[in-house]
Amino acid sequence: MPQPLLQSEPDSLWQWLSSAGRLSRRSLSDTDSRVSLAALSRGSILGRRLRELRGRSVLLSTRDQLPAALALIELDGIARRIVLCPPDVASTHLPGVMATAGVDAVVGDRAAAELGGEFFVPCAQGIVPGTPNREPSEETDWILLTSGTTGTPKLVRHTLPTLIGAIPASTALGHGAVWSTFYDIRRYGGLQIFLRAMLGGGSLVLSSALEPVGDFLARTGDRGVTHISGTPSHWRRALMSAAVGRIAPRYVRLSGEIADQAILDHLHAAFPDADIAHAFASTEAGVAFDVGDGLSGFPASYIGRRGDVEMRVVDGSLHIKSGRISFGYLGDGVPQPFDEDGFVETGDIVELHDGRYHFVGRRGGIINIGGQKVHPEEIEAVINRHPDVQMSRVRARKSPITGAIVVADVVVTAEHAPLDALKAQILDACRGTLARYKVPASIRFVAAIEVAASGKLARVNV
Amino acid sequence: MSIGSDIAALFAEVAREQHKTLSPLSDDLGLLDTGLDSLCFAIIVARLEDRFGLDPFSAEEEVDFPVTVGDFIRLYEHAAAIAAE
Repeated sequence: MPQPLLQSEPDSLWQWLSSAGRLSRRSLSDTDSRVSLAALSRGSILGRRLRELRGRSVLLSTRDQLPAALALIELDGIARRIVLCPPDVASTHLPGVMATAGVDAVVGDRAAAELGGEFFVPCAQGIVPGTPNREPSEETDWILLTSGTTGTPKLVRHTLPTLIGAIPASTALGHGAVWSTFYDIRRYGGLQIFLRAMLGGGSLVLSSALEPVGDFLARTGDRGVTHISGTPSHWRRALMSAAVGRIAPRYVRLSGEIADQAILDHLHAAFPDADIAHAFASTEAGVAFDVGDGLSGFPASYIGRRGDVEMRVVDGSLHIKSGRISFGYLGDGVPQPFDEDGFVETGDIVELHDGRYHFVGRRGGIINIGGQKVHPEEIEAVINRHPDVQMSRVRARKSPITGAIVVADVVVTAEHAPLDALKAQILDACRGTLARYKVPASIRFVAAIEVAASGKLARVNV
Repeated sequence: MSIGSDIAALFAEVAREQHKTLSPLSDDLGLLDTGLDSLCFAIIVARLEDRFGLDPFSAEEEVDFPVTVGDFIRLYEHAAAIAAE
């Protein structure tokens, strides 16, 4: 169906993606199927029940990403609120999430049916032919769940304008691009890629939680991926796979964790023709900025300048204000992430040296060594510089003397120096650049380091 | 080799790594007078656990922190004896 020329900005995700055009040549795909976006102009994954969801607060809970992606396109502008539920949220948290968000309808697959009570709308196996009314009537709340380590997820409220605020300014949107992401699109980092694909006239290849990384790379390669994103941990794992040669992206994006110089250099070596950018974003603060100069950290001039995004450093922590920040957390009495001027307190600690701010870690992730504060990430950055190191994780080990000491788990590359020599070289590098209490007391070589469902390194609190 | 000589070797190893000058060890030398600091002892305790599986500080009974080199060695000898039972 041809769309009328838009007089103003589109009011819904469907209007945005259809105004980008070429629907029949664009698709969403996963391991099993591929759905043309044109199919949504003559049918619905919700059958004939889309209309029943108008004005409702909908929990969207599916195992796979593809039905969730299609339902998001259909529900924006129709539902009053969409709660995006990643599949790894513990079922014990869901009643609380649903109560806080005032959920009065559940959309999902069969496993979600039991959550729905009297109002459940199943996602169909494919697009059911019909003529859905896509006229928007709501400015839909998009509720993202944060993957807090303390258990109960926080419910972060966005709207489509806050979520897409960073997108028109981006120069990375190639028309006809094929996007992919290691992330689940129900998390902020993945959602950004989904929205970039939809608004920018592209297609999207979705990941699957159970798929080995090599298979995912091969599949995205077969689909001709041009733009691909993930966390530094995702990328370190990908670079360990022989299948990394199956993709030849023009644009590689990192977000969600600190992009150290080593991972930027490794990606540049693997994809010499690609633009490699690392973005700073969080669910609460939205996308603050992209850095595309190949260097870790960001120019000091970003701090304090006026413009779309204002940033300042307070007690070492980055604070951000922009049109893309969230509206904060849902729920009565929940402490909000804003300072007194409406800046989001990110809890990400930065340090200024050589004219750039560098991320050194999370405020909550500090290890206390006899009163000295250590960010595990700054030690990992030093270890990761060794060419034989694929990835590392620094963690606290309890000590009866100093409360804690730092120890490191290290994954080596396929070809590496003898482990005794390697260990000595890593420790030398640490001693050469770090204060002595930051030098790992022991180094353990391990086969793998766990990456959480969020795409971030799994960190254990002592 | 007794645990005592292992511990003495480990004191020397950590002193070398941490660029500390180790005093000649004797039974009644205070731990604070060995030339090692608390970070060194934290590392020593961790390595003793890694190498010998001994962690007297996490044992059920409350232990007083050793004051002298002799106290330190006896603490580990005691732990080793319990572990060998």
